[in-house]
Amino acid sequence: MHEMSLCEGIRDVIEDQARIHAIKAVKRVRLEIGSFSGVEKKALEFAFDVVMRGSVAEGALLEMLDLPGRAMCYDCMKEVEIDDRLAPCPECGGGKLMPVSGDEMRIKDLEVI
Amino acid sequence: MCTVCGCGTDQVEGHSHSHSHHHGPGDIHFGQGPAGTEVAGMTQERLIEIETGILSKNDCYAAANRQVLNQMGTFAVNLVSSPGSGKTTLLCKTIEALGDQPLAVIEGDQQTANDADRIRATGAQAVQVNTGKGCHLDGHMVGHAMEHLDIAPGSLLFIENVGNLVCPAGFDLGEDCKIAILSVTEGEDKPLKYPDMFTASKLALLNKIDLAPHCDVDLDLYEANLRRVNPQIEIIRLSARTGEGMDQWVAWLTDNLAVKSVKAAE
Repeated sequence: MHEMSLCEGIRDVIEDQARIHAIKAVKRVRLEIGSFSGVEKKALEFAFDVVMRGSVAEGALLEMLDLPGRAMCYDCMKEVEIDDRLAPCPECGGGKLMPVSGDEMRIKDLEVI
Repeated sequence: MCTVCGCGTDQVEGHSHSHSHHHGPGDIHFGQGPAGTEVAGMTQERLIEIETGILSKNDCYAAANRQVLNQMGTFAVNLVSSPGSGKTTLLCKTIEALGDQPLAVIEGDQQTANDADRIRATGAQAVQVNTGKGCHLDGHMVGHAMEHLDIAPGSLLFIENVGNLVCPAGFDLGEDCKIAILSVTEGEDKPLKYPDMFTASKLALLNKIDLAPHCDVDLDLYEANLRRVNPQIEIIRLSARTGEGMDQWVAWLTDNLAVKSVKAAE
């Protein structure tokens, strides 16, 4: 995917926060990643270390929290939780599912000094 | 702060700022390194809850672009597809079919101004954005590109994204909708392999249907797979080469532009 760009987005947000809250260093960054977001976690970890060099978050620990994917089933019209983007509806077995959540890519919080 | 060229500040206001560097005639190149950082001292360890989207900066730029486009009643489409689906040919034929409808084109590619040159050859105004190492256009690039175009009120704006079925799905540019172009030579299971792009799109153009008899494909299966990943998607079958289906596509554009213009007038 575009994990380097995502990490540049994370760095942008952290640098804004650093100015607002007078942050000296970021010790830990917690992200919330939806299961349909397409984020490759290993690649994100690698890119994170590289992109944060020279910033307040250099050497920070990266933690990723998984968020489940939910979709509307257009066969039974129920909102259901699915693990896989192409999984059938667990209620009716239908195959026409429109994701309603699970594409999140959020920075939850920062542990800072 | 823009991490791409270092221009701008934290404020995004209509996204217009002066430059000390030169972008060249009509073509914009991105891909330079990030900006520095400034830190003031604090010693206390603490937790800051921010709950901010990773792409929130991009979303700010996209929102600024959208505001400008809404004010002008411009209907903007973000054309996404894999490389070689026939986006630029389709766009050239679409511009011809639209006649004297005011429009502008932003062309995104990693390298070369070939596509913008092809668009300009039709008489339409176009700006090429080269993304360098980047695999997608972003809201900031499109904001810059819009400054280079003379977008008249009531125009159509075509943004031809970098040919890539993965990354452009996640980046809002400020467009009204994404349109996925899928050529019949790519295989019926493309929507299943790359669901995000087709889920994010309002319309799918099934292109090169004149080739369907030669490549043993099932157009109904293409449609079924598109609807499996996006039950709401609209689909138009067409061929930019023979012109089949082009009327329906052009009508789709002009209908949506008319709706947008009414909203802008309100």
